[in-house]
Amino acid sequence: MTTQTLEKNSTSFSMHPKKFALWLFIVSVIMIFASLTSAYIVRQSEGNWVQFELPAGFYFSSVLIVVSSVFMHLAYLSAKKDLFKRTQALLLLTALSGVVFMFLQWRGWSELVAQEIFFVGNPSGSFVYVISGLHAVHIVSAIIFVLVVVYQSRKQMVHSKSLNSIEMCLTFWHFLGGLWLYLFLFLVLNR
Amino acid sequence: MASSAVSTSTAHAHDTHHDEHEHHELSFIRKYVFSEDHKTIGKQFLFTGIFWAIIGGLLSVLFRIQLGFPGADLTFLKPLLGGWITAEGTLDPEFYLAMVTMHGTIMVFFVLTAGLSGTFSNFLIPLQVGARDMASGFMNMLSYWFFFVSSVIMFISLFIKTGPAAGGWVIYPPLSALPQAISGSGLGMTLWLVSMALFIVSSLLGGINYITTVINLRTQGMTFSRLPLTIWAFFLTAVIGLLSFPVLFSAALLLIFDRSFGTSFYLSEIYIGGEALPNMGGSPILFQHLFWFLGHPEVYIVLLPALGITSEIIATNSRKPIFGYKAMVLSMVAIGFLSFIVWAHHMFVTGMNPFLGSVFMLLTLIIAVPSAVKAFNYITTLWKGNIVFTPAMLFSIALVSFFISGGLTGIILGNSALDIQLHDTYFVVAHFHLVMGSASFFGLMAGVYHWFPKMFGRMMDEKLGYIHFWLTFVGVYLVFFPLHYIGIAGFPRRYYSFTSYDAFSSFTDLNMFVSISAIITFSAQFIFLFNFIYSIFRGRLAPANPWRSNTLEWTTPRIPEHGNWPGKIPTVYRWPYDYSKPGAPEDFIPQNVPLSATPESNLENEMEEAQKEQVAAH
Repeated sequence: MTTQTLEKNSTSFSMHPKKFALWLFIVSVIMIFASLTSAYIVRQSEGNWVQFELPAGFYFSSVLIVVSSVFMHLAYLSAKKDLFKRTQALLLLTALSGVVFMFLQWRGWSELVAQEIFFVGNPSGSFVYVISGLHAVHIVSAIIFVLVVVYQSRKQMVHSKSLNSIEMCLTFWHFLGGLWLYLFLFLVLNR
Repeated sequence: MASSAVSTSTAHAHDTHHDEHEHHELSFIRKYVFSEDHKTIGKQFLFTGIFWAIIGGLLSVLFRIQLGFPGADLTFLKPLLGGWITAEGTLDPEFYLAMVTMHGTIMVFFVLTAGLSGTFSNFLIPLQVGARDMASGFMNMLSYWFFFVSSVIMFISLFIKTGPAAGGWVIYPPLSALPQAISGSGLGMTLWLVSMALFIVSSLLGGINYITTVINLRTQGMTFSRLPLTIWAFFLTAVIGLLSFPVLFSAALLLIFDRSFGTSFYLSEIYIGGEALPNMGGSPILFQHLFWFLGHPEVYIVLLPALGITSEIIATNSRKPIFGYKAMVLSMVAIGFLSFIVWAHHMFVTGMNPFLGSVFMLLTLIIAVPSAVKAFNYITTLWKGNIVFTPAMLFSIALVSFFISGGLTGIILGNSALDIQLHDTYFVVAHFHLVMGSASFFGLMAGVYHWFPKMFGRMMDEKLGYIHFWLTFVGVYLVFFPLHYIGIAGFPRRYYSFTSYDAFSSFTDLNMFVSISAIITFSAQFIFLFNFIYSIFRGRLAPANPWRSNTLEWTTPRIPEHGNWPGKIPTVYRWPYDYSKPGAPEDFIPQNVPLSATPESNLENEMEEAQKEQVAAH
């Protein structure tokens, strides 16, 4: 293991390779959503664009995702203090709010359907489904990640001396929260 | 540098580390099939890439037969193509389109992206930066197996009843979005999209690993300014891939929704057989924007690794430092950056605003500057060098030739006004086959000839290498040079036959000539294939450093085990291009030789550094 230390010493860049890889993954996710939102603008500028109200569910879910980030952060702080039970409880709360977030997104979709904005139809509606749906897929992966960290915490693998996995989970969760806020704001401002 | 204490403690640590490696032998499957070793994964990419290159080349020969000898009796191909040969013995026109499409897809993605970047990034990055393996061996293994599954699906699509995808490798909707448009847009297109989605996952997994390894796992002393140009090229390629492949994913995702779920992202107001489709409000141009935002960087994903490989080979075999190391790096960075803001030059004739067109034209022409810097630096590196003409060196010099002759026509095509005449003609085909196709292919070949001794511990046969080189080099020019004339004359690409129009009845002899050249060039590749396979088993045993090269991979044993260096990872003290340094007894000084060991050849500032080294050592 000392080899690893030397190899780490030898570079000027001290971030853990796995964490760095996560950031690169985040970059690729950003590119997917950047391309979808640019496609939205390009298509919108061509006209023939049906206007509609964004569902109330999206407003509620945006608030909830901020709350979930607070839970996640508290979980991280308690992991730093080696409070295992508290960490696990807060992580489970985070995962639960992720599930409720998805439920609210689903409610949002139902509201859209009630407004007669379907997935198949004018692209202005289809884009909303694709963007929120693809974001939800990422949330699913993040919920699984949180549950993995809960498991690791139960096995005493997450503590003040070994914070790597919970730190990565924290980064990813905050990122997806921020991403949704961006997407939501984008949809509110470009209708 | 407090290296003294560190190095003694690590020498010990390395010993135990080393023992660990000796004692557990991996099972055959873990060692050769589901391997996490970067060298094995690199070879897996190489073998798969060669397999695809044969298929892709064979397809091009088949459709060249149709273009050179229209209407010829092809009944003898029935055993191979079956129902795609019509009752009259001619090639099925829709299958012609499918072959063109698959040739493009296979060559661009499976051979020159996975086969080139996958092979050499995997094989060389840890060896040249001084790492035991990639940052994550598991992700690296996944990267190969995603590519493998993607390959299997694409391969299966060649044999289905309705034929593989046939809308061109750019798969523009509405043609690709409507199964009723051509038979290739049915199941073949679905398989194409599934395969490419897996391919994108594979590329991203690989790319994330390459970037992390280069940034995090360099050995002691390996600063960015001491990285070999190969590593710079692979690094920038991976960055470009990381930014552009997700965009292709978005484009493909929306296309999948249009095809299978009835959305209208790309479709609007279409009548098929007099019947109106329900899709309203989509924009096919949107697809082109998304596609070419990947598509143009993809050109450099294909080309940059070849440029990196040949920079290294040309410096080594000219026995001279690379001319303008920093300029080479900066021009690659510039090319990488510019590649993201020129995509609309593929779309000059889509009815875009001509003023927007001239912006893209300007940006496109700016790429000529870093490209020319690279060409000049290649030539000035060769200038007055003690050139050793190994097969790898010949392939590298030929790359410079293709890069220049193909790049020149790029300046012509980049003009939005000239593009009106030349768009989608054989002039474009000639241009990108020289500058991207052949140049990258020659970079791949140069890399195989140069690093074969490190991959398999044996040498390839030089004489066969020379024969392979000259036949391929001359062949490539004989194939693609005439296409410029055919293109200027207005022949559009992707047409099954020209003989039905009087205007195009000329040039049949030239087309025949091109086809014969293509067949000869393709056949010449089997010389390579024989040489490659024969040398793996029977080649002359390779010496430790056959090309008297400076980079770290030549400090490993003849066949490096898992972990690459049996002992400690070498420390790096100098840049990789100390060739023919005045005063030095040999004409090369490897990167792991301390400056304090070469007082006779050190420059003034290096003398100071050498003293610091000695202080640190005591």
